[in-house]
Amino acid sequence: MRVSKRSSRRQLLRIGAAVGGGLLATRESAMAGENTLGQLGIPLGPYGERSPFEKAVRWTRESKTPETGSSFTPLADSFGTLTPSSLHYERHHAGIPTIDPAQHRLVIHGMVKQPLSLTVAEIRHLPSVSRTLVLECGGNSGSEWAAKTGPDVQRSYGLVSCSEWTGVPLSLLLTEAGVQPGASWVIAEGADACRMERSIPIARAMDNILVAYGQNGEALRPAQGYPLRLIIPGWEGNANVKWLHSLKITDQAYMARDETAKYTDLMPDGKARIFTYQMEAKSVITFPSGGQTLRGPSLYELTGLAWSGRGKIERVDVTTDGGRSWVKALLQEPRLPIAFTRFRLPWRFEGREAVIASRAVDESGYVQPTREALIAVRGTNSGYHFNGIKFWKVQADGNVTYVES
Amino acid sequence: MWRVSLVALAAAAMLAAQSSKYGVGQPATPGQIRDLGAAIAPDGTGLPEGSGTVAAGREVFAARCSKCHGEKAEGAVGPALVGGRGTLATAKPVKTVGSFWPYATTVWDYINRAMPFDQPGLLKPAEVYAVVAYILNLNHIIGTDQVMDAKSLPKVKMPNRDGFVADPRPDVDNKAKRSER
Repeated sequence: MRVSKRSSRRQLLRIGAAVGGGLLATRESAMAGENTLGQLGIPLGPYGERSPFEKAVRWTRESKTPETGSSFTPLADSFGTLTPSSLHYERHHAGIPTIDPAQHRLVIHGMVKQPLSLTVAEIRHLPSVSRTLVLECGGNSGSEWAAKTGPDVQRSYGLVSCSEWTGVPLSLLLTEAGVQPGASWVIAEGADACRMERSIPIARAMDNILVAYGQNGEALRPAQGYPLRLIIPGWEGNANVKWLHSLKITDQAYMARDETAKYTDLMPDGKARIFTYQMEAKSVITFPSGGQTLRGPSLYELTGLAWSGRGKIERVDVTTDGGRSWVKALLQEPRLPIAFTRFRLPWRFEGREAVIASRAVDESGYVQPTREALIAVRGTNSGYHFNGIKFWKVQADGNVTYVES
Repeated sequence: MWRVSLVALAAAAMLAAQSSKYGVGQPATPGQIRDLGAAIAPDGTGLPEGSGTVAAGREVFAARCSKCHGEKAEGAVGPALVGGRGTLATAKPVKTVGSFWPYATTVWDYINRAMPFDQPGLLKPAEVYAVVAYILNLNHIIGTDQVMDAKSLPKVKMPNRDGFVADPRPDVDNKAKRSER
């Protein structure tokens, strides 16, 4: 009895090793470019991974303090209108906290009738909404203010991503606590090491803000604020406080570091614009774009992404002659407000140098401006909220580069 | 009679609209709110007891801050905390606590919540007051003998206090472009 039990276990181990070895062999031979047709594939798995052949990753600068900084979404390697959660851009100020949702509380306090402490489970079971929305860092494309603009889409426009967010309207939670008369601001604070805080006017807090717990069908990623974050459609990323644990209702803005020293826009006269939450219409061609190479003269589909913090994209114009003439691109439907809209245009590359760009128009009638028009009003030191038209140069040899201003 | 009861009904309806509907959550306790830490308003609301001198701040700074911000707060791995006055309207503006930050309370709030970078929350309130006093003094905003506490700190007028304006956007005129096809 004992002997046979042992031998059957040994047999199982042998089979396991054989299957494991076979699995590895299949993947290795595929990676080596060999034909794997007819070979047994990889077994089912609990949590999916992308193909080992797909290499697009977020880009980040070398830093001595990697807990603070940004990682940029590889927009030129994306398809359609959504960003995978794993490639959503990041902007952290003191690292990503590891939070046990069972221990986490959202506390609503200050000028309320009843200060409330809510569990994540309670919030997840309240009436919720799901919305597909762009989230863009207020500092996205900050490098474009300089004369030497960014070399590719990722590094110059990659602090923007689009996800489906699910959460509870902030107005519902504030109503549960009962906002006192005279309250005018909400101070939102995160549970990261620096307890990032922002002030939000109460009128906006009661209108179209989510306390989100879901992203693209699963819980928020830790880098995106797990287990709770604010989602404020159309407003700069920084105000969408992650790891949300405190909402203090007050009668004044708190003038936090990230709304005074940072995320304010310095004008040429030395005055800085404050509470510049709103993101404006913007677009960029992702193919052909900086760093790519066209295989030669042919018909191509030029494509890119457009979005606006003010609503739907109404139109995207494309130029292939450096801005002398513009034609309307085709827009992927459905066009959702404050979400990526994919545009496309057939274009024949003749093997001659071509300077290409896109220009978004949103439903408010706002037209994406040129870099020159922005600089004429704001100078080159405002740092944030660059939404200028991005030109790419397709060289005669098919290599695509940025255009020096 | 009718009028009174209509007003009463309307008031009751308003209250109902504003009160708890789903009955979720527990009453937050004072301890829970205290544990969230201090959020400091520009008028000083939230500042705790304690005080700090410039001299004490010099010591705290040398021990806890100079590693990243430089011995004289001139900047190293971390940003410069001094200088830049008069540069905001130039081609190369230097934004520091002294040249740019509009409220001294924000300096206290930020150091208290976020510094030192690798050990936020390490400093006791008296140490935060002291470091703020030292940095303000380095920027010639307060005298060497001034003591910072919950009363004196909100009264400090920062040089760039009036340097901020409301957001005027959309500010870039695109009307010419709209007529194009």
